Amino acid sequence: MNAGLNQSPLLEVRGLAMHFPVSEGIVLSRKIGDVKAVDGVDFAIGRGETLGLVGESGCGKTTTGRCILRLERPTAGQILFDGQDISRMERKELVGLRRRMQVIFQDPYSSLNPRMKVGDIIAEPIKVHGVEPDAGRRRARVHELLSVCGLDPKFADRYPHEMSGGQRQRVGIARALALDPEFIVCDEAVSALDVSIQAQVVNLLEDLRERFNLTYLFIAHDLSVVRHLCQRVAVMYLGRIVEMADCDELFDNPLHPYTQALLSAVPIPDPRVEATRQFRPAPGEVPSPINPPSGCVFHPRCPMAVEDCKRARPVLRELRPGHWVACSEVH
Amino acid sequence: MTIVAPNRAAVAGLVEELPERKRSLAGVALNFCRRQPLGTFGLAIVVIMFAAGISAEWIAPYDPEENDFSAMMEAPSWAHVLGTDQLGRDIFSRLVYGARTALIVGFSAAFMGGAIGLVLGVSSAYFGGWFDLLFQRVLDVLMAFPLIILALAVVAVFGTGVFNVILAITIPLIPRCGRVVRASALAVREIPYVDAARALGFGHARIVLRHMVPNVVAPFLIMLSAFVGQAILAEASLSYLGLGVQEPVPAWGLMLQGGAEEYATTAPWIAVFPGLAIMLTVLGISLFGDSLRDAIDPKLRDR
Repeated sequence: MNAGLNQSPLLEVRGLAMHFPVSEGIVLSRKIGDVKAVDGVDFAIGRGETLGLVGESGCGKTTTGRCILRLERPTAGQILFDGQDISRMERKELVGLRRRMQVIFQDPYSSLNPRMKVGDIIAEPIKVHGVEPDAGRRRARVHELLSVCGLDPKFADRYPHEMSGGQRQRVGIARALALDPEFIVCDEAVSALDVSIQAQVVNLLEDLRERFNLTYLFIAHDLSVVRHLCQRVAVMYLGRIVEMADCDELFDNPLHPYTQALLSAVPIPDPRVEATRQFRPAPGEVPSPINPPSGCVFHPRCPMAVEDCKRARPVLRELRPGHWVACSEVH
Repeated sequence: MTIVAPNRAAVAGLVEELPERKRSLAGVALNFCRRQPLGTFGLAIVVIMFAAGISAEWIAPYDPEENDFSAMMEAPSWAHVLGTDQLGRDIFSRLVYGARTALIVGFSAAFMGGAIGLVLGVSSAYFGGWFDLLFQRVLDVLMAFPLIILALAVVAVFGTGVFNVILAITIPLIPRCGRVVRASALAVREIPYVDAARALGFGHARIVLRHMVPNVVAPFLIMLSAFVGQAILAEASLSYLGLGVQEPVPAWGLMLQGGAEEYATTAPWIAVFPGLAIMLTVLGISLFGDSLRDAIDPKLRDR
């Protein structure tokens, strides 16, 4: 799957599916269907690499991240972390994994416990996992983590509500780093921030990647941020990956019609270019994930769809080196 | 149009400025009194009750359990400000000592019932699934009984006495608290910091006690104030029915029982004053609880 990778990937996802049952009735509840939030997703992330996962709201990118973090138990598929399948592990077995894999959330306001001081928020995982039993040394470590994330160590004695959104997000990052993880899922980590703060946090994430040799799964809908930060990008639509390629290749040469529609929706900060360029939105709405279209899920909105697209579900094919597309009509 | 560049001092000020710290406790109290006059009245009653209960030995002019057979059923006078009962005991002294009984029973029952209900309610919301379903059905069964009926049943099993009365009132308060807390905790469970705690590999007990319980405490505190009132009322009711605190321990419900039926017309002060004490106390606690809710609710706070 990963032509460009020499060593084994840190994380490999095979056929991941997460279906949420939809039930009807209160007394005798019966299942009437599934929300197929994630429906057969494959990808791999090499060590030190950043994979961007993009797509519109509701396409399943956050659920994919939650499955990898094992905040959800996936319905089907394998998640290989460092060669070990974690998709079926029980809570107790996962404890060791928690030290190696962490998460940064989208909303810096709700991702920090408002009743705890910043220092305690960061120190808690260090204490619980027994990394640093000595309270004084733990405090020093918290100060170090705050400095690493660009915050004054005196913030340790403050409550989250006394800080701005950007500062809180830095606290969230410091908490994620507290256990010295190898892999971090950034779930829309900069989407809720102001543009100027976004740039700072993106730069911080880049610095941290180099400094601590981190691997990121960067979930986002903002394509310009993804282009800046990621080496490879996977595009999701309705629970499936439709296209995956190296970052520049995907942005310069999108092959899947959905990716083309998505990229054409990115505004260009130049009114003259913006006025003349062709904008081709995909017609219609995203179908319901309870009852997705047959065959290729994109066929009702696809300008290139042919009769065959309604029947056969397209598989990811490597059309160019490292460039995978799930469409039977592009060659 | 020209754009004025912000001067250096203003920019420096922005960078240096840190959000102000929380207001002082005295400031908060003063603000509460100004905005909530009724709540302050309630608080004053509660404070007077507390003072009376704690320092009963010094306030009460007579021993509350001592009979003075030369002064039975005396009307209020300078010697006995609220009169004496049919056994010649000073009513004012019994009221003051009764405040102590009411406070001990009311607060212990409310706090125990509240604390157990809090932890169970939050756990129920956190674990969900069959545990939640089972817990909810048990609560339904307990909630089917009115508070006083369930308390009577518990007394019937365990017997009377102060401790058993506390237990009898604690048990029916647990489901009432558990249900409300569970509703708040269901909302808290979906907030990302709980996900963050799970992703950090924290144990169930830590997530429930450190991350969820502190964040449902605001609605819980308001409920607790209502519970204290309910518990005091329940204690009075149980004692009135002869199933609560037993003679000769002074308790308001007992004083009512002794005075209400036989002497309602001949010596009304025997029943009127304990009745007034119960009413004022419950009213005071309710008023204070209502104002507390208004004061804590951020949507109503700054009006």
